[in-house]
Amino acid sequence: MLRTGAALALFAVAGTAIVAYTFDQTRARIAESERAALLSKLHALLPPDQHDNDLLQDALEVTAPELGPRAVKVHRARKGGLPVAAAFTPVIAPDGYSGPIKLLIAIRYDGTLAGVRVIGHRETPGLGDPIEEARSDWILKFTGRSLDNPQPPQWKVKKDGGAFDQFTGATITPRAVVKAVYNSLNYFAAHRDELFAQGAADGR
Amino acid sequence: MSITPYKKIVHDGLWANNPALVQILGLCPLLAVSNSVVNALGLGLATLLTLTLSNTIVSLIRDLVTPEIRLPVFVLVIACVVTAIELAMNAYLHELHVILGIFIPLIVTNCIIIARAEVFASKTTVGRACADGFMMGLGSTLALVLLGALREALGHGTLLANAHLMFGAAAKDWTITLMEHYHGFLLAILPPGAFIGLGLLIAVKNVIDSRIERYRAQAVSLPHEAGAKA
Repeated sequence: MLRTGAALALFAVAGTAIVAYTFDQTRARIAESERAALLSKLHALLPPDQHDNDLLQDALEVTAPELGPRAVKVHRARKGGLPVAAAFTPVIAPDGYSGPIKLLIAIRYDGTLAGVRVIGHRETPGLGDPIEEARSDWILKFTGRSLDNPQPPQWKVKKDGGAFDQFTGATITPRAVVKAVYNSLNYFAAHRDELFAQGAADGR
Repeated sequence: MSITPYKKIVHDGLWANNPALVQILGLCPLLAVSNSVVNALGLGLATLLTLTLSNTIVSLIRDLVTPEIRLPVFVLVIACVVTAIELAMNAYLHELHVILGIFIPLIVTNCIIIARAEVFASKTTVGRACADGFMMGLGSTLALVLLGALREALGHGTLLANAHLMFGAAAKDWTITLMEHYHGFLLAILPPGAFIGLGLLIAVKNVIDSRIERYRAQAVSLPHEAGAKA
């Protein structure tokens, strides 16, 4: 009995040791992969030549109902110390067809969109998934838009009298994305200067 | 039991006792991730590696493990192997890891792995256990990739899309477009497509098996007829 217990304990210790060793060996590499993956997403919207600071370092977290239920990371791009743009990730569009849609939204200092990307969703393949950049160019049409372009009443899908296309067989998905982008622009317009003023110390 | 010939191990794993098509084990990841060739291959290879390693380790420690603690130890071994593989995938195949997400850790609960540990690896030599794990994993992977190819071809009209996630930038143009401007057959990508596809694969395998049997039966009976006529 005691021997069996000792054997089991020994296996538990050995197993834990193996996992701990692997974790230790891969930790740096995983952090590096995650950094690189995030950075390449950010750089797709905010090309490296448009700013001279470290986007990953110069970040803070905000929580606002416009941006979704959870805390959102704000990566700030600056050039020569002057604000260039801010990238919000993940903005949550809570009213997707099958659950929340996670977005990366980059807004230039002047209030125009540097771009929007979908970073996670569970919409119906083939119907709702043209919001992905890989499937259609729908999401690219946000680039350059702002609160004046189109005018606020037009920040809707065409079916609701707005300026943005919906998809055949899927209106709820694009409607949710348009609404989330619009809300984010409003949030940015209201909080722009405090977003750029806060020190990078809040970020990680 | 311990002297199963290697030839039988190969035949069992790939065909006669194929985990996906005959034992119908480990369907949760099989059905969820088989919507494209690359996803299927990624999960298949992770399963193959897990099976091979866990079978080998279980066989190595089979004399140390008393029957009472057999199951907890096997589960522990499998969990450790899967965790290590998951960490390695996260580090070296990061984007694929993001896509396969929860299904990698779920390999732990894939019953084919504990089944092979319990039924085979714990009762045989290290070499045979290792071969069995590899062949069962390969059988699983082949079934997965076949199903993935079927669903991707019908659903998207492509094969090997996103191969660069697994094989690096050189594989960017491996994607085979079977049909230009194909709108896709939605059902194939959705979960029902996985069940229907798996059903078709099992049916095809059964048809082939029964053909082989009939052919063998004829081959056996022919000499008799020949003898009777002579």
